[in-house]
Amino acid sequence: MPPEPDLCFAAAFAPALLDPVRPAPEIVAGPNGKAPGKRYDVYRNNVTVSLIDALAAIYPAVQRITGTDFFRAMARFHVRQTPPISPLLFDYGRDFPVFIAQYEHAQMMPWLADVASIERAWLDAYHAADAAPLSPAQLAAVAPERLGDLVLIPHPAAGIVRSQFAAVTIFAANRDTSPVGRIDAATPEDALVTRAEFDVVVRHLPPGGAAFASSLMSGRPLGEAAARALDAAAEFDLASNITGLIEAGAFTSIAFGDV
Amino acid sequence: MTTAIAPDMSAVPLRYSASLGGVAGTSFKPEHLQAILSTKPQRGFFEVHAENYMGAGGPPHRALEAIRRDHPVSLHGVCMSIGGPQPLDKAHLARFRGLVARYQPALVSEHLAWSTHETSFFNDLLPLPYTAATLRNVCDHIDQVQDAIRRPLLLENPSTYVAFRESSMSETDFIRTVAERTGCGLLLDINNVFVSATNHGFSALDYLADFPLSRVGEIHLAGHAEQADDEGDLLLIDSHDGPVADAVWKLYEIVIQRRAPVPTLIEWDSKIPDWPVLQAEAAAAQAILDRYRPVGLTGDRHAA
Repeated sequence: MPPEPDLCFAAAFAPALLDPVRPAPEIVAGPNGKAPGKRYDVYRNNVTVSLIDALAAIYPAVQRITGTDFFRAMARFHVRQTPPISPLLFDYGRDFPVFIAQYEHAQMMPWLADVASIERAWLDAYHAADAAPLSPAQLAAVAPERLGDLVLIPHPAAGIVRSQFAAVTIFAANRDTSPVGRIDAATPEDALVTRAEFDVVVRHLPPGGAAFASSLMSGRPLGEAAARALDAAAEFDLASNITGLIEAGAFTSIAFGDV
Repeated sequence: MTTAIAPDMSAVPLRYSASLGGVAGTSFKPEHLQAILSTKPQRGFFEVHAENYMGAGGPPHRALEAIRRDHPVSLHGVCMSIGGPQPLDKAHLARFRGLVARYQPALVSEHLAWSTHETSFFNDLLPLPYTAATLRNVCDHIDQVQDAIRRPLLLENPSTYVAFRESSMSETDFIRTVAERTGCGLLLDINNVFVSATNHGFSALDYLADFPLSRVGEIHLAGHAEQADDEGDLLLIDSHDGPVADAVWKLYEIVIQRRAPVPTLIEWDSKIPDWPVLQAEAAAAQAILDRYRPVGLTGDRHAA
């Protein structure tokens, strides 16, 4: 139901907020006949700057890599094109990695979008529901003949980001302020993002590890997940991968068969 | 990857916290958590922006639980869009109610402003005209919020930079009528009064004389920044990034003298200083509150 005609102020006020070419809306004015231009610009500025700041808070490594001016120019395009649809700003920016991948001026950094995807997954893990991770003892108690049918329930904070580039190393090197050495960006790296308790941790998964963890997290049994991992990487090592995932807190509990 | 969805708090009963009395509090900023917890509980209270605690779990809730253990909390909503023409976001209202149930805040407030239009969230407190139609609309929205949280909401007066040609009543008349019709309380932001008075060329003292002080359940004090309008005249920006201005302190003392002490918040949201700086601002407000404490009453709630 459209608002009654007397409530059309928002429809008149909103469009110019993210469009610097439009003049201030005619429904507003300054006092005593003063012009509304710079006054309305305060709102335009608040909206644009606060949303760019929100992206900068979610993507600090991307900003460190590109430099502040490059980042804010890129973020300004994205904010104007894709404003948030939720009042929860920690949910904003899900489309930013795809935007970065297509952004003309970022084409010389083909790994930048994957670094952004890791940062987005980091924030999701940070705000995810709290849950106690599966203990190694629970897995050790499973009879060997039942292991193939074992299903692991993923932790709410667990996520995987796959990259054809060294996105994990580049992410880790740029999340703090210490100097960044030379990185061979061409080495593919997959990330496991978890928060077992307080701290979000981003790990670099070994060969086949992402195929394995993705299968498990989508509810496939352990035997099938191991087969997929071996298909993906012949050197896949089941024991070290399962131990690594459980130590990282990627799961909360175990079940059997399809769940 | 699970996205952050607030846990289902709809079954948690709503409980009221004890009333605060004339104490000063500060915004709670996570960077101050260790400094706050490393000393004994403070007199006063901490205010948080509700939306920052609408994630499902993680460090934000751990921090707020740690603060809430020893201190009263004020829940300050920023994004309800009460002043907007479209219906309130029911999911957002449910999350807001969930936080009230979970943290049992001593104060619950929102803004006379809007921030969402159609599907876009603008992350700013945008202004509205003051007309019979917007008055009905705002009252309907406050009724819905108060039905959900089953307690009076404190509605905050805005700081504004433009006026609407269609406005047919003053801001103080509008706010007074909203409070009378809905039974809501008011959050008087004295910095907002000073900012708007400067920007629109009216007297802050006249505004305060016209404001229904008896309904004020909380006061906000904050810093502002200076810019210029199209004519080169001073335009104040409600920036929350510095100390409270001397003129705002003077207005505050006048209000407390007239109104008697009420919970008072030092708001500081950007360029956040070290904890002792914020504490000192709160101590300055507390000194004024103590000066006008009614004789024979020690009604405030000590945290210890």
